[in-house]
Amino acid sequence: MASFVPLKEKRLMEVKIGELPRWRLMQDFTPKGYHRYYNKYIHVKKGGIAGVSMVLAAYVFFNYCCSYKELKHEQRRKYR
Amino acid sequence: MNENLFASFITPTMMGLPIVMLIIMFPSMLFPSTARLINNRLVSIQQWLIRMTTKQMMAIHNKKGQTWTLMLISLIMFIGSTNLLGLLPHSFTPTTQLSMNLGMAIPLWAGTVILGFRHKTKASLAHFLPQGTPLPLIPMLIIIETISLFIQPMALAVRLTANITAGHLLIHLIGGATLALMSISMTTAFITFIILILLTVLEFAVALIQAYVFTLLVSLYLHDNA
Repeated sequence: MASFVPLKEKRLMEVKIGELPRWRLMQDFTPKGYHRYYNKYIHVKKGGIAGVSMVLAAYVFFNYCCSYKELKHEQRRKYR
Repeated sequence: MNENLFASFITPTMMGLPIVMLIIMFPSMLFPSTARLINNRLVSIQQWLIRMTTKQMMAIHNKKGQTWTLMLISLIMFIGSTNLLGLLPHSFTPTTQLSMNLGMAIPLWAGTVILGFRHKTKASLAHFLPQGTPLPLIPMLIIIETISLFIQPMALAVRLTANITAGHLLIHLIGGATLALMSISMTTAFITFIILILLTVLEFAVALIQAYVFTLLVSLYLHDNA
């Protein structure tokens, strides 16, 4: 390695292309993505409906974005 | 307005890519799997519901039929969760597509029939002729029983599709009527709104009931044949 900082500590933008496979294998596999959300909002001692509701709200928003094109025509206008 | 009514039943694509696969896989995210004895509230509630359903549904089967437990319980969980998620605004319900329901119904029904033919051949064939039929009626009755056998998967699929689609359409229609009536007469709009609320409660029930009926019928076909 032609750098002084250990490979493990570097972020994605700082890794050179040739070192990419090795960098990925040395990644620190703390819970990411799904597990982070799960452990923070659902897997708690007194979880309420907020944990699941946030996921469902995101789902509704995602579907709204996907169907925005068709829904644009139904916007409220003064004269229909 | 007609085109808008059916727009929610088009399989969703994003920039040309079908994302319907993501939507079908989404309910599985809401059922976390866990390896602990005592779990968080979400998982405990789900496990309690699943145990209750399993005991209720698999009690009628013998040992051989109970090997289908995993299949049937996953089926009812999938259909129930997919139908319930479809009641959220703007969401897409995969079970409104006849293709998917046929894809679920035909293999399961065929599995039960083939199982019956392999293990209890005489009894399976005997299903085609009810006991005590008069001799002249026999040929016609065998034809009728064959037809009724082959119609079972079609009925399973179409029942689920039609019920869920009809419910969604009614909600769209009555919601649109409520909105349109608001500028004309508030009382009528209010009555329509009450109807909409009752309909939504019904749809919640239908979502669960349809899942139950689908699974129950498959398990009945299994009971006949296993």
